[in-house]
Formats: sequence, C-alpha cells, structure tokens
Amino acid sequence: MSVFPTATDHPAARALAGRHRLRLWEPLPWLLALAFYVAFPTYLGFGTDLLVTILFAISLDLVLGYAGIVTLGHAAFFGAGAYTVGMLAFHGIWAEPITSLIAAAAVAALVGLLSGLVLLRTTGLTLLMLTLCTMALLEEAANLAHDWTGGFDGLPSIAIPPLFGLFEFNPLYPNTQYLYALGVLFICFVFVRVLVYSPFGQSLTGIRENTLRMHAVGAPVRMRLIVCYTISAAIAGIAGGLWAQANAYVNLSTLGLDRAATVLIILVLGGYGRLYGAFVGAVAYMVLSHLLAKIYPTAWQLGLGLLLVIIALFARGGILGVGETLLRWFGRRRPSP
Amino acid sequence: MTALLETRSLSKSFGALLATRDVSFTLEEGARHALIGPNGAGKTTFINLLTGVLAPSAGEVLLKGHDITQVEQAERVKLGIARTFQINRLFRGLTVLENVYMAIAERVGAAPDMFRPAGKRQDVIDESMELLTRLKLADIAHKAIPELPYGRQRLVELAITLGLKPQVLLLDEPAAGVPSAESHIILDAIDALPKNIGVLIIDHDMDLVFRFAKKITVLVRGAVFAEGTPKEIGANPDVRAVYLGQAAHG
Repeated sequence: MSVFPTATDHPAARALAGRHRLRLWEPLPWLLALAFYVAFPTYLGFGTDLLVTILFAISLDLVLGYAGIVTLGHAAFFGAGAYTVGMLAFHGIWAEPITSLIAAAAVAALVGLLSGLVLLRTTGLTLLMLTLCTMALLEEAANLAHDWTGGFDGLPSIAIPPLFGLFEFNPLYPNTQYLYALGVLFICFVFVRVLVYSPFGQSLTGIRENTLRMHAVGAPVRMRLIVCYTISAAIAGIAGGLWAQANAYVNLSTLGLDRAATVLIILVLGGYGRLYGAFVGAVAYMVLSHLLAKIYPTAWQLGLGLLLVIIALFARGGILGVGETLLRWFGRRRPSP
Repeated sequence: MTALLETRSLSKSFGALLATRDVSFTLEEGARHALIGPNGAGKTTFINLLTGVLAPSAGEVLLKGHDITQVEQAERVKLGIARTFQINRLFRGLTVLENVYMAIAERVGAAPDMFRPAGKRQDVIDESMELLTRLKLADIAHKAIPELPYGRQRLVELAITLGLKPQVLLLDEPAAGVPSAESHIILDAIDALPKNIGVLIIDHDMDLVFRFAKKITVLVRGAVFAEGTPKEIGANPDVRAVYLGQAAHG
C-alpha cells in the first residue's frame, strides 16, 4: 500500500494543490521593470514598447502555448485594438485612456469571437492559413477605409487626454506611458495567470495535449477554444490600444504580418506555454535587435535568424526551457538531502 | 426491463463500404459483454457509433430506452457512456494525477471555472487520488506519462475513463501492446470494475475475452454473425471457421 497516510498528503496531490501559489522569484520581473524606470529615464520609450510587446506575447501564449491553437494572424487583434483607440480619438468621439482600452478590448474580442467561430472548426495548416487571411482582410479593410482609418498613411498625432485627468502623455518624456503600460500589463498578467492555473486553463492544456481525449472525457472542446481565443483577442486588443496611446498614432504596421511574426518569434525564443516566456522572449528579442543593430547595422536580422534556428533545432522550450533543463541538471548533480 | 444500451438496425456506410450492417445489439446493466471479430469487422466503427464520434447512416442508439442517436459525443459522456482507446490517448505532458483530474473535473462540472485555481478543488484532487489508489497507481501519481512502462500507461488510460463514472464502459482492446508479464495488472483492474456498470470489451485476445465475458457477440463484415455465452461461441463451428480461416490466411 501507499506509504502516505492519506491521499491528500501524497506529493503529487500536494504539488497540484500548491501549483498556483506565488513563487519566490515571481515579483522579480516587476521589480526589474520599476528599477528600469528609475535607472534608464532616457529609455522609457523603448521600455514602453517592450511592455506592450510583452502583453501582446502573453495574449499569444494563451492561445498558442496553452490551448495549442497555431496562429500566424494574431496582429489582427492588436490592430483592431489600436485602430479602435486611434479612430475614437482621431474623430473626436472618445479619448479617455482607460475606457478607450476597454473599448479596444471589446472590439478585438468581437473580432476574435466572430473569426474564431469559423476558423476554430479547422486545425493545422488550414487554421494557420485562415488566421493569416483574417489578418490580411482586416489590413486591407483598414487600407481601403481611408476616411476612417487614414488608409496607408494611418492616423497621425491622435490626442490622448491625461490619465485620470492628471498625468500627461508627453511624447518626449514618456514617464506616464511607461507606468501606465506597466500597470495595464500587471492587471492583464494577473488575470492570465489566474486563468491558466484554473480548471479551465487546465482543460486548455488538455486540448493541446490530446484533443481527441478531451472530446472523450466530455469536454465541449470547440466552445472552450472559442472562449480562449476571444479572451486572448481581447488582451491583444488592449496591447494594441496601449501601443496607439503610447505612440499617439496608428498605422497599418499594427495589423501586419511583420508584427504577427515578430510576436511569434518572441514567444518561441522565450518559451511558449510558460507564462514568463513572453517576458524573457520580449526582453531577449528587443535587447538583441537593439544591440545587433548597433554592432552590425546592415545585417542585424541575420544574428536573430541564427539564434532562432538554434532554438528551433535544439531548444524547443526556448530560453526558459534551457534554463529549466540546466536547473534540473544541477539539481541532479547536487547530493540529495 | 429496458436494456442499458441498445442499438436498433444500426448501419453505417462510408461511400460504397458498409462498415456496420443492420446491427441490433443490447447491453444489459451489469453486463460483461465482449465484441469480437476478425480484422476489419467494423468493431471500432461500432464503438464510434455508440459514443457519437460517427453519426449512423440508419438506425438508432438508445440509452435506457431514450433515443440518443442525435446526441453529441460530449453529451453522451455526461449521460454515462465512456470509452478507452485501443491506442493510448493520454495527456503525455502531464502527470498521472493531472490526467485523471482532467476527467473528474469535467464530470463534476469544475472544468469551466476560470477564476479559482485547479489546486483549490480539493474534492477533485481527493477523488483522483482515491481512484489512483484503487488502481494501484497512487505511488506513481506524480510521474509524467512518458516515464511509465506501457502497462501502467494502459492503466492510466483506464483510470481516466473510470474517472467519468460511466454506466456504460467501452473497452477497446484494453491489453493491446502490453507485454504478457504486465498484462495481469490490466486483467486485475478489469476484474475489479464496479459490478453495476455495463461493460463492453472489444478484443482479439481470446484468453482475455473468455476469462471476462458472460456473453459474446461476433461481428463479421459489419454484421452480427453470432451471439451467445462463451461456451456456445466456443463450440460454434461457424465462428471457428471464421477465426480459423483468418488464421490460415494470416
């Protein structure tokens, strides 16, 4: 019989029961982000961009890393959010930052829901192509609806009123933008963290690991995927809205394949399905491209490409996956207590 | 008395191929029933029709007298029809405990919950551990699936399905691929199944079938070829011919 007095005391049961608890190192990224604010006041524009990218990557991690939905069109939602904020403000309808972000989330969620209803009937390559098509359609729509979206030129210089009526969005000193983005990122992250450790999040992992079995245990698989896709779209929309507010303009780059591919690379680089992969990947990508561009301005993407090839071939878990393997390796070499 | 599970003139065709022909079949409560037949007899198609993976071309499926022909797969699971797979379909990246948790969370309705940690559903964890203890899997509850020998993996396959507390249990070759040294753990687990549930086992392994079944249905080319007690089936010259003919070819 089992050596444990009750089943609840079993290490596996205790591990599962305590899986969602905050780990000691988890405040670290947030402390680093605050330290960055103090240490690099001249780099806050770059920092804001980084925070927005992290949020976008987290939204992708939810569908790709957890639910296993392969998508190459996630910028559709980022763009939907950015254009929502941009158009509302540019046409003088609504510009208050926080409610605008909520509107961005709602519009992106709607796009996610409607497209998800159709494309989540498919899997694999068909799904990949359909996500790409959705994004291309939106991009072309934004290009054509010139009166509303500014077409190819986008919407320049949208005016965002001060946050809470107090803090100005100054494009030269983006202190407000940085802290605002950090706050929004934190709230969204807490939400996603709660979600992935919930039974719902667990069932998304189940769908990723074995869709057929999820059907066989009575899970409404398609509905779960649509809900997940919609939530993820909303978060991507918030990221897009933040981007528009921080930069005070919107253009077609928010909707393009370039952005969708970059966020995918970031997630693969950091490690998908790991919650913090988005952080590590975004920092690694942006710092690397920053440095490589400085060292080798003409062909800096070559270095990134090489790194990606190495990750894809030898380290499927990304940077975090390598870290985990190393930790386990050192753990095994250390004499057990 | 109405049967637990019943099919009436069930047929399924894939183009010109009639995979299931006019099968009328009943599974009683507490039954230990086996479905046998040569390769390509349509056993797996029949299972897929019972579980709702496939829709029949004609005929109906009834659970306790209620027509469930149009009911979706996930709903049928909720109504108490559960199956295991011939080839393991496990959540390979997760632990044994998490595999079972997944099924129980679905059954008790915990799975749609987004705002509470999975670990706070102590009821689901406890029930999972109890089930694993019953199947003598508790000691490896923390292991990931790829770390387990194949026989244990087959047992996890069964554990997930039992976590659904089925009234109708469909076992698709439960011991397939398990080395003979380990197969006793599967057989013991099958012997220990709750007496009240109706079990239909699909298998090639005649030792297992004759040890387990009180009743045997033989399926040949999609149609019911013979039905009876193991003794009757064992003595049936036609059945012998089908299997011996198979052996002579194979």
